[in-house]
Amino acid sequence: MLSRVANSIYWMCRYIERAENVARFIGVNLNLLLDMPSEKDQHWLPLVMTTGDQELFEKNETDYNQEAVLWFLTFDRTYPNSILSCVAAARENARSIREIISSEMWEHLNNFYLELMKEESIKMALQDPDRFYNIIKMRSHLFTGLLDSTMSHGEAWNFARIGVMIERADKTSRILDVKYFMLLPQADLVNTPIDNIQWISVLRSASAFEMYRKEFHNITPRNVANFLIFDKNFPRSIYYCIARAQVYLHRISGTPPGSVTNSAEKHLGRMQADLEYTDIDEVIDSGLHEFLDNLQRRFNTMGGTISSTFFNIEPQITTTTDKQSQTHTQS
Amino acid sequence: MEIFRNDDHEGFYDELIDEKGIPRPGVELLVEKINSLPEGDLVLRQKAAEALLLKMGITFNVYGQNEGAEKIFPFDLIPRIIPSNEWEQIEAGLKQRIFALNEFIQDVYNDKKILKDKIVPEDLIFSSRTYRKECEGFTPPRGIWCHVTGTDLVRGGDGCFYVLEDNLRCPSGVSYVLENRQVLKRTFPQLFEESQVRQVDDYPGKLLQMLEYLAPDEIQSPTIGILTPGMYNSAYFEHSFLSQQMGVELVEGRDLVVSDGFVYMLTTRGLKRIDVLYRRIDDDFIDPAVFRPDSLLGVKGLIDVYKKGRIAMANAPGTGIADDKVIYAYVPEIIKYYTGEEPILPNVPTYICREEKDRAYVLDHLEELVVKAANESGGYGMLIGPHSTKAEREQFARLITDNPRNYIAQPTLSLSRVPTIVGNRIEGRHVDLRPYILFGKDIYVQPGGLTRVALKKGSLVVNSSQGGGSKDTWVLLPHQS
Repeated sequence: MLSRVANSIYWMCRYIERAENVARFIGVNLNLLLDMPSEKDQHWLPLVMTTGDQELFEKNETDYNQEAVLWFLTFDRTYPNSILSCVAAARENARSIREIISSEMWEHLNNFYLELMKEESIKMALQDPDRFYNIIKMRSHLFTGLLDSTMSHGEAWNFARIGVMIERADKTSRILDVKYFMLLPQADLVNTPIDNIQWISVLRSASAFEMYRKEFHNITPRNVANFLIFDKNFPRSIYYCIARAQVYLHRISGTPPGSVTNSAEKHLGRMQADLEYTDIDEVIDSGLHEFLDNLQRRFNTMGGTISSTFFNIEPQITTTTDKQSQTHTQS
Repeated sequence: MEIFRNDDHEGFYDELIDEKGIPRPGVELLVEKINSLPEGDLVLRQKAAEALLLKMGITFNVYGQNEGAEKIFPFDLIPRIIPSNEWEQIEAGLKQRIFALNEFIQDVYNDKKILKDKIVPEDLIFSSRTYRKECEGFTPPRGIWCHVTGTDLVRGGDGCFYVLEDNLRCPSGVSYVLENRQVLKRTFPQLFEESQVRQVDDYPGKLLQMLEYLAPDEIQSPTIGILTPGMYNSAYFEHSFLSQQMGVELVEGRDLVVSDGFVYMLTTRGLKRIDVLYRRIDDDFIDPAVFRPDSLLGVKGLIDVYKKGRIAMANAPGTGIADDKVIYAYVPEIIKYYTGEEPILPNVPTYICREEKDRAYVLDHLEELVVKAANESGGYGMLIGPHSTKAEREQFARLITDNPRNYIAQPTLSLSRVPTIVGNRIEGRHVDLRPYILFGKDIYVQPGGLTRVALKKGSLVVNSSQGGGSKDTWVLLPHQS
């Protein structure tokens, strides 16, 4: 398929996943605050930290209060990672590949954007935020469902899924990083059961609370980190996302897992192997923050590698000797 | 809704209701249906149809407005109906005209017989902005230049159809024909079935067949693409729609590269050769190596590959010569010259400003005439005498005197009208008709085409960029009318 098209479908899905994650972070935070009203305004700074965009926030605002942060993360068009900006960018990408995705996907995404643009959306976000952010999440889920059930699972779909997985892994690592840093200054408390609502909220931020309970029952910081990084089956754990992305990548190239044909596969394969041969105790000993920081750097490089492998290929000027074989490849 | 009586013709030809207020043949069922709707129902259905179009994202961008200013192309629920006998004549007339124009273009770039025989003045050709000297001596694949045409027709006060313009470059609007039909089918399913309307949905299939027919001989299953300027183009929806309907690639200039004498697409698996391009980019921008060097939309080296016969293109570069509004005035002669027949569809009487007598008349009668520049489209570069200000007329008088070759004038036509929903009422609004013609193995005319309607009261400008909307166009099956 066209490189430009692959690029657009990949980004379309990253943006929707990003919007969903922002909505979930906000929703969880709002919920948390209901239980600790006295600390109302101390919990909005970490949320902006999760996005890594404090500098952008502080351009216009100094005070991390609820209203300012919600506006920034939800409706600010000048902030490229606000929910509205993400949905608008996803829609623009979708528009440029309308003939590739299904009409259902396009119409849903178009509607998603048009609804967000309405005055009533701002009103609802302020008056009934719980409902509002829930709608955002559900719209994202619906989009993912449509992607899965109305589009052939061919090359374009595989690029879409890679976009989702890389974005998701990145967001899970960020929420864990920020919360861990805030909640646990001393590493020796790492195995203490603290049935803290704050840790529950970390899990909820990744929709992971219930699934975690089935696995570990008691909540300890170590196990929360273990679950969110290494769980083999939970769809938002970093390992799961990397392993799935790896599968989709190999479907695109047609090479079996274990052998590599391009640098994107090599890079992703190495990441997966590193995760397989590391455990949570090693991670905590050598510093969770350093570990996550390193992962995030590798996600970025990963994005760049996918881009240079598939999206920005340089046209090669071929020699004239083997004209026949390269003139007309069907795919 | 009794407002459909339409006893107020204001002297114009109404497409649905005759002068006595009686529905024309074949229109009875529609009138009966609409008159029997409960009060307000039609307006509700109209609103629902508009909401549907917005939801489907069938919007266009208006040039000169903010990016992101998207509008739906206004759509009116009340269809325009053409009886089969009238349609047969239009169809025959268009086939004759397109055939002759194709002969003309081939001749102009090759033997130049029509110039030597002084049917069309030579200097007119060579001074045209759309003449491409790069095409001299060239014959495109299968000898076809104008593969896709959207000819603008109007019906005058006398009830006759006239050809207003030939659009042989990149006419747009066919996607609206297909979408309007979908919307109307959903809105009035039963009426539709009973009215025996000829279908329009096979257009993408016919277009695909035509494009396949152009592919180089040695290619068994050609790779076909639509070349679009990109998503900010006002017709982008159509490019994407047609590519989806035909299952062909939608490419931008930056997706293509010339290497080794062929044109390739940049794909996730490397380079892939492309064999046929339905280009929706003007000649000027298509190849910076040959035409405008500052074009970012085109593909460098494309024309070279094209001339070597290694890629086919619709429409052929250079086709615009027959689109020149001054050449238009000669089309009746062109038809006679190449077919030996009288034109079936007449031109609108046209004054050619380069002719001294005509120019003097035009300058004296600007208030009554419509003046058009030779190479503008979309309703730009035009003076509508009766609706113009003194300053505008003075400006055009200057323009004509400075560059007479570039202007023609026509009497202001009393375009026919179709009842149209305006607020909570139905009023007559002026319309034109753009049928789409495909020239491949043979010539195909899509039954009906796009009916554009000037939504402003009294306005004669139907272009979407200037406040126009559209209607579904029903061509009835023979035994109906």
